[in-house]
Amino acid sequence: MSTLAIASWRRPSIIPGFGLTLGFTLTYLSLIVLIPIIALVLRTTALSWQEYWAIASSARVAAALRLSFGAALIGAAINAVFGLIVAWVLVRYEFPGKRVLDAIVDLPFALPTAVAGIALTAIFDKNGWIGQLLAPLGIQVAYTWLGVVVALTFIGLPFVVRTLQPVIVEIDREIEEAAASLGADRWHAVVKVIMPTLLPALLTGFVLALARGIGEYGSVVFIAGNIPYRTEIAPLLIVIRLTEFDYAGATAVATLMLAISFVMFLTINLIQAWARRRYGYV
Amino acid sequence: MSDVALAAPPVWRAPTTEARPVKLGLIVIALLFLGLFLVIPLMVVFVEALRGGLGAFAAALGDQDTFASIELTLLVAAIAVPANLVFGVAAAWAIAKYEFRGKTVLTTLIDLPFSVSPVIAGLIYVIMFGSQGYFGPWLKGHGVQIIFAVPGIVLATIFVTFPFVARELIPLMQEQGTQDEEAAVSLGASGLQTFLRVTLPNVKWGLMYGVLLCNARAMGEFGAVSVVSGHIRGQTNTMPLQIEILYNDYQWVAAFAVASLLALLALLTLVVKSALEWLFGHELANGSR
Repeated sequence: MSTLAIASWRRPSIIPGFGLTLGFTLTYLSLIVLIPIIALVLRTTALSWQEYWAIASSARVAAALRLSFGAALIGAAINAVFGLIVAWVLVRYEFPGKRVLDAIVDLPFALPTAVAGIALTAIFDKNGWIGQLLAPLGIQVAYTWLGVVVALTFIGLPFVVRTLQPVIVEIDREIEEAAASLGADRWHAVVKVIMPTLLPALLTGFVLALARGIGEYGSVVFIAGNIPYRTEIAPLLIVIRLTEFDYAGATAVATLMLAISFVMFLTINLIQAWARRRYGYV
Repeated sequence: MSDVALAAPPVWRAPTTEARPVKLGLIVIALLFLGLFLVIPLMVVFVEALRGGLGAFAAALGDQDTFASIELTLLVAAIAVPANLVFGVAAAWAIAKYEFRGKTVLTTLIDLPFSVSPVIAGLIYVIMFGSQGYFGPWLKGHGVQIIFAVPGIVLATIFVTFPFVARELIPLMQEQGTQDEEAAVSLGASGLQTFLRVTLPNVKWGLMYGVLLCNARAMGEFGAVSVVSGHIRGQTNTMPLQIEILYNDYQWVAAFAVASLLALLALLTLVVKSALEWLFGHELANGSR
């Protein structure tokens, strides 16, 4: 009887260790990830809707969310354009130093965010390598919202490149040959034949970079200047509320951001489901 | 002015590639973009660290608090990485070697920490174990401190590095199927023997790849650790937090000296990662090739 009950939710296997490994996985996952996140959400329910709304719609929280979202959006857009070029160049062309360039794309994943933060600040400070070139033009990057955009562009850089590369490799060259033999010039073949097949991966990379940018903290706090209402990002506001021992304020902003992450996650899945229907792959 | 030169046909170009000037233009744009956003930041770390000469660099690293931060970073990674390694192997075994309902949900939940802001990763443990948290009063009554102490830093680090090993191993072990293990078991091998002698040799490079990325993030995490650390000098500051303190104290050279150590670690990570991809690309999961 009991074997039948088991068989209904899992296929029998002669490989031992199912109970042990799945049990350990579920326990560890629950203790480290699920229970603490549920605790955070529960903590927010201690607030009434009016209180929650008062915090969420306060001018400072709204400004911080707008900056985090807006700067991440611009950073992801920059990465979509240049990431597409980088991915294309790395897959299609041969030139000296290509392998090194390919390897260094992952730097933002490997370099600690605090290191990236102070390095970018040093470069874009008005006395820095690039900052001193921009200062005469009246452009200040460090300690303004532009600095936030620069940091989020850095942090999101690998996402678009790495999601596009395998898809560009997979493009069937015969499709391009067909387009050329039917009279399309190269520009039309790229725009009308190749680009549509890259679109789902490009969108996925864009949303991944965007999601990462909204939650990013370490690389931004050094270059942003952190002026309330102006250059204060949402994650920093959580930290500030915590240091003030305002747990309710911190959790309210945090659940708002969790909700945004969830929407991003849903978006990625919708893009991939659509791509699977439309193109038959992700 | 020979007629031959005039009549020479234009350089032939394959119809499935771009004209040479377009190619060169795109390569230059890519180089400029990566140079501006990746190479210059990396260079500036080392230039600033060595600005005061090697003596100042060594003196900065010899500082007592800085040394304590290096020790703490190594300790935290030495706990967090093996913990997530064991978890990753167990999760991959359960997910890749068996068919059961709810597998997709489980795989999605394992990736969850990647979509959570690092600051929130710290916050959830403050809510659990902080002085105003759910278990705070009980822990205080028993003299256990988690938040503003090393256990909290370890927990936050485990959270942000949670998926690395698992997400590398799961697709790899799924690709390899279950036939080898079934053969080993039917020939009389125990579960542990099967894992050590059959599965592990098949996934060892993928495992190393996951551990490498896990370690880089564990040693470099800033946001999550910053929330739970309490910033007690010489006690609860990891290297990234020490960088922040030195930087805010205007100890420019010292901040960049510590940063240069982490930048070296990042470079080493990239070198080993690329080497693994070039040498054993076919033995890694699809996404990491």
